[in-house]
Amino acid sequence: MAKKNNNNNTEARREENLDGTIVFNLPFPKKLDKASLKALKEMTPIVKRQPYHVEYLHSYGQDSPWFAGLTNRVFLGNRDPQTGYTYATPRGADMYTGNETEWVQLPNEGKVHAFTVCHFGSEEFLPETPFVLALIEFEGANTLFLTRLLGVDPNAASLDWIGMKVQARYLRNSKLKPTDVYFVPADAEAE
Amino acid sequence: MRPVYAVSGGVSKFAKARPDKTFQAVVKEAYDYAINDLGLDFQQFAELVDGSVASYFSDHFQRQLMSGIMAQDYLGLCPKPSHRVEGGGATGGICFQEAWKQIASGYMDICVAYGFETMSHVETWKGNEFIALASDVSFDYPVGGFYSGYYAMMVTRHMKEFGTTVEQLAHVSVKNYMNAFYNPYAQKHQRLTIQDVRNSPMVAWPLTRLDICVMSDGAAAAILCSEEGLTKLEQAAGRRLPRVKVTGIGKGTDAMRMADRPHDDYDKFMKAYALPHEANSKETQAYYKKLWNKGFRYPGVHSFRAGRMAGKQAYQMAGISDPLKQIDFIELHDAYTSSEIQTYEDMGLCRYGEGGSFAESGKAFMPGVKYGLKLKEKAICPVNPSGGLIACGHPVGATGLMQAVFAIWQLQGTIEKHFQSPVLQIKDARRGAIHSHAGTGTYVTVSILEREK
Repeated sequence: MAKKNNNNNTEARREENLDGTIVFNLPFPKKLDKASLKALKEMTPIVKRQPYHVEYLHSYGQDSPWFAGLTNRVFLGNRDPQTGYTYATPRGADMYTGNETEWVQLPNEGKVHAFTVCHFGSEEFLPETPFVLALIEFEGANTLFLTRLLGVDPNAASLDWIGMKVQARYLRNSKLKPTDVYFVPADAEAE
Repeated sequence: MRPVYAVSGGVSKFAKARPDKTFQAVVKEAYDYAINDLGLDFQQFAELVDGSVASYFSDHFQRQLMSGIMAQDYLGLCPKPSHRVEGGGATGGICFQEAWKQIASGYMDICVAYGFETMSHVETWKGNEFIALASDVSFDYPVGGFYSGYYAMMVTRHMKEFGTTVEQLAHVSVKNYMNAFYNPYAQKHQRLTIQDVRNSPMVAWPLTRLDICVMSDGAAAAILCSEEGLTKLEQAAGRRLPRVKVTGIGKGTDAMRMADRPHDDYDKFMKAYALPHEANSKETQAYYKKLWNKGFRYPGVHSFRAGRMAGKQAYQMAGISDPLKQIDFIELHDAYTSSEIQTYEDMGLCRYGEGGSFAESGKAFMPGVKYGLKLKEKAICPVNPSGGLIACGHPVGATGLMQAVFAIWQLQGTIEKHFQSPVLQIKDARRGAIHSHAGTGTYVTVSILEREK
């Protein structure tokens, strides 16, 4: 580990340590002349591993009550107070009137509008494949909601899934993610 | 607005990885090619060019902010004006239009649009994660963020709504791969059958690996100029340059979250979104009435309102009233076979709902290429004669400019010179369209290019 910084340190030599990438020897011409310098053009590229990690403080802002709802097994949506246009995915302001929307409770039941089975995925979700993504439509809502669909066989995907009645289920222990709610076929066994 | 010409272009080799060069040096390959094709050398062009626009999508792939200025200084373009544009997959198309603006407004006489992406610095599945960050990170990404998954949901809806089949999707893959067989710039050179496409590994049902474009490293550059700029370039080159004019520009947008897209009724569609040749046809009105009676709503998740708006604007500016008959070829954003089919409909090559049958009809195929398919109809308007993103690759910031370069060469009649093969040259190509597309259809650009008589 690097030594603690000493304000009075006037040492003219950079402290070295064993962190990160360390190269003990890299082939290079022993003698530098016109020919060996020219030969450097033929060198293959150096490619090294470079990790990067960062933590964010992510605020859900005006959408926060929606996540609090999930934690309490309530599925919320937003509604324009004037037109009644209803969003199944939270939106603080209506796209058509500009009005601030109000919170409403949405039904726990809906229908599959579109879906896919992901057999591959982004690195973060690769261990969860195959999984089913679905857009759900609700009675009384004008827009859809993206969710995971469980309780169907991912290896038996069928267009007949579109229009299937589904119901919301909630994680027992909330993770404050939109996946705190997921959907299962309405005829699935009760929890 | 002043007339704008697209006079030259260059494309680097697209590859899965280009560890042999840093991104600036890959940009220079495309830039040098464009200059040399004018018959100028580096310094001659540096003296004439007024500025540039830089195009790249992600700062994540390289963990490098302000890559644009690093390309600008590598090309020796400092201290001339430049800025970066970004709009997901449409970044290259937006860059082309931004360069057009520099000229049309009178701000510049000669502008170079360059674009690049270096996607190989992370593993494929990490790369997919970066791309998926181009979806709402509060509501979409955490559910299983994966672009192929998002597009596959559009596909299942399209299939349910219109009866589109996976074999119709596969026709697009066979076509684009076979076209790319004659394009030396393409990343992939494979001859495929419908069965090959269906038998390749399932990625997101029903899309297989061969329904989906790959990630690439690469760059492209296009040079645009005014009439005054053209005169300067011709004086320096000592010859008359082929005249390809940009005659139409269009751009549209839609909500980031697919879930938020409207489901509008027939009247709203006819008033706001129908193309003139649709709105003026009694038969098409009846066709759409029937669709709506069956429960169709627009755009839903099966159609791209942004693509329709982009096409509508560009057609209006270029005076196009029947796109299928009046455009000789289209280079469009086929990140997925399905999005090519969706785009046929958005761009009015067929009606909404007819994209699947249009794909297998033969109308969008090249006349001189053997595909091993029984096609019912003659080629009318080849789509992705170059092989598109599916076979050429998709180094995001370069892609829209690659399309522009291939379109310039088609209209100049110089495909043989650049591809070392005449197969993909469309005979007497007079008017072409390029279409660049972002996100799940969030930003879309359409530009029309024409050979001047």
